[in-house]
Amino acid sequence: MKIIVCMKQVPAGTKVEIDPETGSMKRMSEEARTNPYDLFALESALQLKEQLSGTVSVLTMGPPQAEEMMRDAYAMGADEATILSDRKFAGADVLATSYTLSQGIQMLGGADLIICGKQTTDGDTAQVGPAIAEHLDIPHAAWVSEILDADEHSIRVRQNLASVSQIIEIPYPCLITVDKDICVPRLPSYRLMCRTKERPVKTFGFKDMPDQNLSRYGLIGSPTSVEKMFAPPETEKQVYFDGSSQEKANALMNILISKRIL
Amino acid sequence: MAFPYKKMTDADFNSIRKLTSSDRVFTGSEIASEYFRDEMPEYGIYQPELYVEVLNTAEVSAIMKYAYEHNIPVVCRGAGTGLAGGATCKYGGIMLSVMRMNHIFPVDHKNQTITAEPGALLVDIQTAASKEGLFYPPDPGEKTASIGGNVITNAGGMKAVRYGLTRDFVRCMEVVLPDGSIMNFSSNVVKNTTGYALKDLIIGSEGTLCILTQVTLKLLPAPTCTSTLVMPFRSLEECADMVPEVLKLPFIPTAIEFLERELIDIVERNLNKMFPVKEGEAVLIVMYDASSKQELDDAVAKAAEAALANGALDCFIAGTPERAASVWSVRGGILEGMKADSVAQEECDVVVPRSRIAEYVKAAKKIASSHGIRVEPCGHCGDGNIHTEILRDPEMSDEDWKAATKASLTELYSLSKELGGQLSGEHGIGNGRLEYLEDFVGERMIKLYKSIKLAFDDKLILNPGKVIEFNK
Repeated sequence: MKIIVCMKQVPAGTKVEIDPETGSMKRMSEEARTNPYDLFALESALQLKEQLSGTVSVLTMGPPQAEEMMRDAYAMGADEATILSDRKFAGADVLATSYTLSQGIQMLGGADLIICGKQTTDGDTAQVGPAIAEHLDIPHAAWVSEILDADEHSIRVRQNLASVSQIIEIPYPCLITVDKDICVPRLPSYRLMCRTKERPVKTFGFKDMPDQNLSRYGLIGSPTSVEKMFAPPETEKQVYFDGSSQEKANALMNILISKRIL
Repeated sequence: MAFPYKKMTDADFNSIRKLTSSDRVFTGSEIASEYFRDEMPEYGIYQPELYVEVLNTAEVSAIMKYAYEHNIPVVCRGAGTGLAGGATCKYGGIMLSVMRMNHIFPVDHKNQTITAEPGALLVDIQTAASKEGLFYPPDPGEKTASIGGNVITNAGGMKAVRYGLTRDFVRCMEVVLPDGSIMNFSSNVVKNTTGYALKDLIIGSEGTLCILTQVTLKLLPAPTCTSTLVMPFRSLEECADMVPEVLKLPFIPTAIEFLERELIDIVERNLNKMFPVKEGEAVLIVMYDASSKQELDDAVAKAAEAALANGALDCFIAGTPERAASVWSVRGGILEGMKADSVAQEECDVVVPRSRIAEYVKAAKKIASSHGIRVEPCGHCGDGNIHTEILRDPEMSDEDWKAATKASLTELYSLSKELGGQLSGEHGIGNGRLEYLEDFVGERMIKLYKSIKLAFDDKLILNPGKVIEFNK
C-alpha cells in the first residue's frame, strides 16, 4: 500500500499576524513548525502502514527550509520525503497550490491513499485537500474524524460534517483530510533521527512537473485576488453567571441545550 | 490550655457578621459541603460552625482578635486543593476563606517581584508574570490552587529539580497572628540576617502559626525555549536508575518524572487521554528549559545519547507546545485517573535521597503486594519525591482496606527513614499523616514543634489538630 501525506510548514506562533501596512500575512516572521493538522495526517498514515504494510511518503510545496519539517517526518517514521520548491510556485492560491501538489503526486507515480490535514493554521481554507482530489479525478472524504476500517482495496471512515456525521467507504485511489484529535501523533524518535540523518530529502521544481504549462502554477495560475486581509475576531468568549447556584446551573443548562451539547 | 473550645452561639455569629458583612457569613446548613474537606476526604470531613469570606487584612485581624478572646478555633482556607486534610475544621469553629482577597499588584520590575493577596490563583500569578516577560517557576500540578495555600504548605511540584520550592521564591509576607496582631516577616530584600528567619518557618507551617494576608514573590527571566523528552525503558527499575545519569549531565533539567505503563493505561482508559509513546513498561520524562535554541539542542542530544547508553528503548522528543502537552496532560491526569479507577485512594508522599530512588520503588512494590493492595509509584523522581499511590479496589472491605493501608504506610515510612528520606516531600502532614509523624521524627522533635506552636498560638486556636496534636 502506498500512502502520500501532504504537509505544510507554518509559522510556529499560534496567532497569525497581518502586516498593517501591506495587509498581507506575515510569514516566517518567527520559527516555523509542521502544520499541527498534518501531524494527525502523518500519524494516521503510519498507523495504516503498520496495519497493512507499505510505504508512507511525505510531500510538501514550499521553500527549501521545509527540509527541517521533512526530517521531523523521517524521525516519526516516514519512508520518503519530497519538497516541491521553485520560485515559479511562489504566490500560489488554493487552485495553484492544489494543482502543483497533484502534479507532484503524479510525478511520484500516484498513491493508493493520499492523506492531508483538514486545514492549515495559517491559510485556514480547508480546500487544498479536496482540490487535489479533484485535479487527480479521484474520490475524497474531507473532515474525517475516525478511520473505522481499511484493507488493500478500500477505506471506511467517519466524517464529522458541520451538522451530520457520515460513514462512507471509498475505494483506492482516494484522498481523505483528517481532523485534529483523530489520533495522538507519535513523537519524533531520536533513534530514527540518527538513522535517517543521511537519507536524502528530494527536491523537485517546475521542470520536473508532468504539466509544463506555466500558467497553472504560482501567482500566474492563481485567479484569487486578495483585496484585504485581517485577523478574524476572537470567537471564544467567557460568560459569567450571576444569581443563586440553582439559577446559575439553569443558565448553564440552557446554554448547553441551545448549543446542542446536551 | 484552650481545649475544649467554645461552641459558637448566635451571638458569636452576629459578632462575626458585624465585623465583616452578613452576606459573607454562612452558618449551619448554609455552608456548602465542599468546605468540610479538601481534595482528600479520606483525611477527614468536618463541618465548620461558621464560614466567612474576608475581604482584607483588617477583617482577618478583627476575626482573629474575636476568636482569641472567645476561644474559638479558626481554620484559614484557600482554594481547598490540599492533599493532607489540612484546611478542615477538625474542632469546628470558624472557617475563614481568603479567596476574595485575590488582588495581584503590578509586577515590580526593579526588584523583579510580584505581590499578591493569598486568594490569588497560582495560574493568575504565573500569567501576570509571563505578561511582563518574567516567570514564577513553582508548579505543583494544581494550577487552580491559591498562592496563599502554596506558600503556607511550601508547595513543590515538578519543576523543583531546577528551580526549587515555593520557599525559594518568597521574599516577604504580611501575616495576622492568632491574637489579631498584624506582622511583617522580612521585606523586599535579597539578603536578611536580621533575627530568626520566621518567614521561612511560616512557609510550610500549614496554617497552624498565623494567617497569611499578603506575599511578595521573586520572579525570574522567562526561559525562551523548552523541550520534553520521553525515554521508555523495559522496567521501572531501569527507569529509576536513569535518574542519576540525567543529573550527571552538564545541563540541569527542569523536571524529571516517571510513569509506569500501568498508570498510563489508567489515565488512557479513564480520561481518554492517549500517551504519544507506546513503547516501554515505564517511561522517564525529562524537561529542559533554555535561553537559546543551541543550548536546548545540546541538552536534548546529550540526554538522548545518555538514555540510549543506559538501556532506553529509544528517546522521543516533544519539542513543540502541542507535543509537550500530549505528554504532560497524561502526567497531569494521574490523580483524576486513579480516582476514577478505584473506590478510594491513600497517598504516601515520601521523599528519599535521589541515589536511593530505585531501591525505594522496588521495595515499595513488594510491601504493597505483601498486604494485597495495588500500589502505583509515580512522580517527581528528579527530587526523590515519590508519590506512592495506594488504590482500593471495589471488592475490598472497609476493614481490609484500613488494615492494609495502615500496615503498608507504616512500612513505607520506615523504609523511607531507613533510606535517609522524609515522611512528606510536598503534601504536608495536615490531618492525614499526623499519626505517623511522632514515630518518624521522634519525641524530642515533637516537643520542639510544640514549643514553636505555643510561641505563636498560645491558645491553640489556629488550625488545631493539624501537624501536631495537643489534645489527644
